[in-house]
Amino acid sequence: MKSKTAYLTPYFLWIALFVIAPMALILYQSFFSITGHFTFGNYEQYLSSGVYLKMTVNSIWYAFIITVLALLVSYPTAYLINHLKNKQLWLLLIILPTWINLLLKTYAFIGLFSQNGSINDFLRFVGLGSHQILFTDASFIFVATYIEIPFMILPIFNALDELNPSLVNASRDLGASAWQTFRRVIFPLTMPGVKAGVQAVFIPSLSLFMITRLIGGNRVITLGTAIEEHFLVTQNWGMGSTIGVILILAMFVVMFLTRDRKNKGGQIR
Amino acid sequence: MKRDHPIRWSNLYLLLVFIVLYLPIIYLIIYSFNAGDTMDRITGFSWRHYLTLFADTRMISIVLNTVIIAVLSALLATIIGTFGALGIDQLKKRSLQNGILSLNNVLMVSPDVIIGASFLIFFTFLGVKLGFGSVLLSHIAFSVPIVVLMVLPKIKDMSQTMIDAAYDLGATKWQTLTRVILPAITPGIFAGYFMAFTYSLDDFAVTFFVTGNGFSTLSVEIYSRARQGIDLEVNALSTLMFLVSLLLVGGYYLLNRYNEKKKIHRAKASQEVDDA
Repeated sequence: MKSKTAYLTPYFLWIALFVIAPMALILYQSFFSITGHFTFGNYEQYLSSGVYLKMTVNSIWYAFIITVLALLVSYPTAYLINHLKNKQLWLLLIILPTWINLLLKTYAFIGLFSQNGSINDFLRFVGLGSHQILFTDASFIFVATYIEIPFMILPIFNALDELNPSLVNASRDLGASAWQTFRRVIFPLTMPGVKAGVQAVFIPSLSLFMITRLIGGNRVITLGTAIEEHFLVTQNWGMGSTIGVILILAMFVVMFLTRDRKNKGGQIR
Repeated sequence: MKRDHPIRWSNLYLLLVFIVLYLPIIYLIIYSFNAGDTMDRITGFSWRHYLTLFADTRMISIVLNTVIIAVLSALLATIIGTFGALGIDQLKKRSLQNGILSLNNVLMVSPDVIIGASFLIFFTFLGVKLGFGSVLLSHIAFSVPIVVLMVLPKIKDMSQTMIDAAYDLGATKWQTLTRVILPAITPGIFAGYFMAFTYSLDDFAVTFFVTGNGFSTLSVEIYSRARQGIDLEVNALSTLMFLVSLLLVGGYYLLNRYNEKKKIHRAKASQEVDDA
């Protein structure tokens, strides 16, 4: 069929040029030193120098904290919104802030957290005195969590929305307490939503370099910050690509761990 | 009666979440009307920062750049993505379809820095000059997969009998495409365009990598200004951008509602035909 190929030509061209080629090039580039010679040196340096490994562990740890915090805030929020009357409208209000440019939201926190900003005003007002908030690890974690929360709420809400309420009723009728119902029925059944949320939050959290720059004040270095640094500041593309390959590997691990195991549902334990 | 209490606590919790979600945005908007120059203290009401913004020709040209990139990249991504989705649907082998869809989703799940860095290597490798062209190409590239994901379900929903009927009645391939298939999947195409448009407007990281020197978009400009500290012109800009986002969301919501209604209307009409 001629038309089949005609339809797909631009699309396949796109896949070849913008999906396969860039990914291949980043792998290729990771084997070149800053002077343009083929080498395994970047990987050796990455694995042997403690700096890179420590940075990677730190980055994963921060992403983990951000994901856990986002989950702790989002699950109850999604659950409660699902019980509201105009739930679609409330959900829209949750999604609306994601439409505001990420840089602007980050910028707002520079004002809120600054030495004379509103948060410090409030702390002084309640008698706690002012503190250095901006350029700390905690401020980075707070802002990153803030940014990611809607992306966690959305999939969890969808999972809760699809949950058949008669299953919950059945559990309660059979004598389970509210907590037991939640732990044994609601939470396991909404696990796909939680996994999708973790995926949507954890991977970006490894690479949010603009927030580490603007809020973390270069104290927090994530994998993303390191890549940006190597590509745009020190111009060491080889090392930057090596860290990029590590980030891609981390992404595959996260996706593998949070994958949907479809035929698990029917099993009897 | 027993449930009265927890509900009130839960409302308080939701209220708190919404306050935290909206506080930074409202804070930005309030200070855009500040007569002073800081985000510390309001010294009075003024339109001063808006006047500065409207007189800032550099900022206005950047806004125009951003909008042009968004409109163009979304348009081209929608065309490539729609035909891609039509092509994928025609493929016979299920495994092949799934394979292509996995490739399609690579850019959806990849972190922005990876997309940005790999595109930068790609453009340098090909010798493409960094600037408008590279930014446009990148925005098209990362918008194509979302268009495919929006359009493909609509194609799958469409019944094959309609297409067969068109052919049986003597329509050419082109006529079938433009008169039957495209009208049926229009809501998906619009949704795809809309998502591509917002992806482009929102993007910072990819643009930051491939923009080079002379060319800038809003996100990149806000980043470089924010690194220099507080500038209430940015607040004025963010207020205007918030209003635009509200209009876009409202428009999208209404479009969806309209499509739903049309669907219900059609379903009713066909029901009546069946009844008669």
